Amino acid sequence: MNDRDNAAAQFKGVLWLASDSDTMNIHEYQGKALFKAHGVNVLNGVHCTTVDDALNAYDSLQSKVVAVKSQIHAGGRGKGNLYRSNSDELVMEGGVKIAFSREDVKTYATNILGHVLVTKQTGQEGKIVNHLYVESGCDIAHEYYLALLVDREHKSVLIMASTEGGMDIEEVAEETPELLHKVNVDPNVGLMGYQIRDLGLALGLSGASHKSFGKMLRSLYNLFVKEDCAMVEINPLVRTADDDMVALDAKVSFDENAEFRHKNWDDLRDLSEEEDVEIRAKETGLSYVKLDGNIGCLVNGAGLAMATMDVIKLYGGEPANFLDVGGGANEEQVKTAFSIILEDPNVKGILVNIFGGIMRCDIIARGVIAATEALDLDVPLVVRLAGTNVVEGKAILAESTLNIHPADDLAEGAQKIVELIGGGA
Amino acid sequence: MGIWIEESAKVLVQGITGKQGMFHADKMVEYGTNIVGGCTPGKGGQTVDLQGKKFPVWNSMFEAIEATDADATVIYVPPPFAGEAIMEAADAFDQIKGEGVVVCITEGIPTLDMVKAVAFVENRPGVRLIGPNCPGIITPGENGGAKIGIMPGHIHAKGRIGIVSKSGTLTYEAVAQTMSIGEGQSTCVGIGGDPINGTGFIDCLAAFQADSQTEAIVMIGEIGGNAEEEAAAWAKENVTKPIVGFVAGATAPPGKRMGHAGAIISGGKGTAVEKFAAFEAADIACAKDPSEIGAVLLEALKKAGLRNE
Repeated sequence: MNDRDNAAAQFKGVLWLASDSDTMNIHEYQGKALFKAHGVNVLNGVHCTTVDDALNAYDSLQSKVVAVKSQIHAGGRGKGNLYRSNSDELVMEGGVKIAFSREDVKTYATNILGHVLVTKQTGQEGKIVNHLYVESGCDIAHEYYLALLVDREHKSVLIMASTEGGMDIEEVAEETPELLHKVNVDPNVGLMGYQIRDLGLALGLSGASHKSFGKMLRSLYNLFVKEDCAMVEINPLVRTADDDMVALDAKVSFDENAEFRHKNWDDLRDLSEEEDVEIRAKETGLSYVKLDGNIGCLVNGAGLAMATMDVIKLYGGEPANFLDVGGGANEEQVKTAFSIILEDPNVKGILVNIFGGIMRCDIIARGVIAATEALDLDVPLVVRLAGTNVVEGKAILAESTLNIHPADDLAEGAQKIVELIGGGA
Repeated sequence: MGIWIEESAKVLVQGITGKQGMFHADKMVEYGTNIVGGCTPGKGGQTVDLQGKKFPVWNSMFEAIEATDADATVIYVPPPFAGEAIMEAADAFDQIKGEGVVVCITEGIPTLDMVKAVAFVENRPGVRLIGPNCPGIITPGENGGAKIGIMPGHIHAKGRIGIVSKSGTLTYEAVAQTMSIGEGQSTCVGIGGDPINGTGFIDCLAAFQADSQTEAIVMIGEIGGNAEEEAAAWAKENVTKPIVGFVAGATAPPGKRMGHAGAIISGGKGTAVEKFAAFEAADIACAKDPSEIGAVLLEALKKAGLRNE
């Protein structure tokens, strides 16, 4: 690997949090309100949910030019396309528009609100736009990139900045890694003055813009730590014609684990942006991810749950989901887990794989029986139990009159369920 | 022997008066772990009943270590307080003994709390942090042994296989696989599935290589990050004992977190394919299915002249 590939790989390695579903994303307009509260320069803007809102925003902003921006939790909005929902009729190209008149604002807001925005990050199905942000314009001298995130390799907060703003930063990392500057913050001492100065100089800033950048980065770092962010990305960060540094975009995500100390997050959460079934699973203490196959899996432990999916595939099947019931699941959780798996119409069979540690196999066996009875399970079910109280657990399953196929190890369980559903997907 | 934790290690329990702490402390005593007491701020002077015996509770880790000369502590403190519990233990071990092992079981600690705690521990080189979000560490003995964590003790037996894993139940699976070919374990370490953690694969490999009881190693990784790749490259240069590897998550879709906070494929990086390839490049014998770990290990032991039949 040459230095350039290496730098690009390193960059990708640290972007791990960018699309992590364990983090909570917020909209640009919410991020900018947070920026403003922490002293990070942003332009005046108004959050809107109707066309009338947008027109009022235009009147109040008193700016010759305004940006009309779709608010969804995905990148690539500017280059995305808007479609009428449930059809492929194109309404407008571009989810972020520059309006030069009141009439423009009306057109753009009408074309955006209630329509589906498809960007390279949303997938084909796109996302319905319910929120708009109407923002004043400014004179841009240059566009930069700035991001703060948690670097798992160096176990610290990483700041990345580049003179190549407004572009796809992964491409910059790939093609011109020397233009991407990085600073790791020592957790023992925090962000130091020289690190801020050096980063400003690396971006070619001087005088008023250098000073403005320093103030902004200091504020952003404080915001990152205080608000328990997982990532803050500004692309672009702009230098204005009068040498001020302004955040033109705001992509902010929080670390879900820290929710207990941020009571305001509930108000910031946009549930329409999250997968309904994954939220319900989480509320019951289950970890669920839907996949495309037809064999449902119910497993204890994340590593074993992944391994179970892998082995199903190894024996020619396709897993329908990842599902970790956790270390101490009770009968009720097992039942919820089954009902969530069965909501997926593709599921043709279920493999239960439990290695009892703290969780006892006899309890799981009872939970499985109760759930299959309550839900009138009509797809084949293979159960593999191991560990604590395995003998009792197996006996309970054997005594039941239900159609449950036992397996002694994971490989046998996977082979059986693949056979029972009549081969691969 | 075994690594870091001797069979007779003296162990404290932080959060011993809580539901989780008390339940697992009881299981540890039952296994034969030399529990010497626990720590819950505000409950100093009380005692806790475990397996019919009384164990003292202290207000602080300084008091607890002063009084017991403990070698290790295990943390069952809820996420909001766990980061500080790690630092309190590290500080006390460092000041009183200059060394100690801190095992953190807690899942769901804020990432920035762990960034701080890991940096704090790294400034105290005699202190080792295992976890968080892990099953713990166990050194099985002839009779009982030192079980520090939540793993089911009864599936283990003393032996010569060292096990290191990011995952809990998958570690138990690996233990069962060694038992299926008549092999026991020297020490099993769960390093945890969080993105920011203490002890890593390389620390474990180095310790297993240096440990006279350990003759072969099972290493179990999962998708996300590049710890497996780095460990494999390091092992190629530094480990002479046979290693068997498995990586969970070959079927995980990109961009989706699979249960563990650290288990995610981002920007096409951190895939199982890459990790298996790194293992193979380092002459690590790979099992493609956890049910195969026993058979692959048996082959590796034979090849190294450690088993005949």
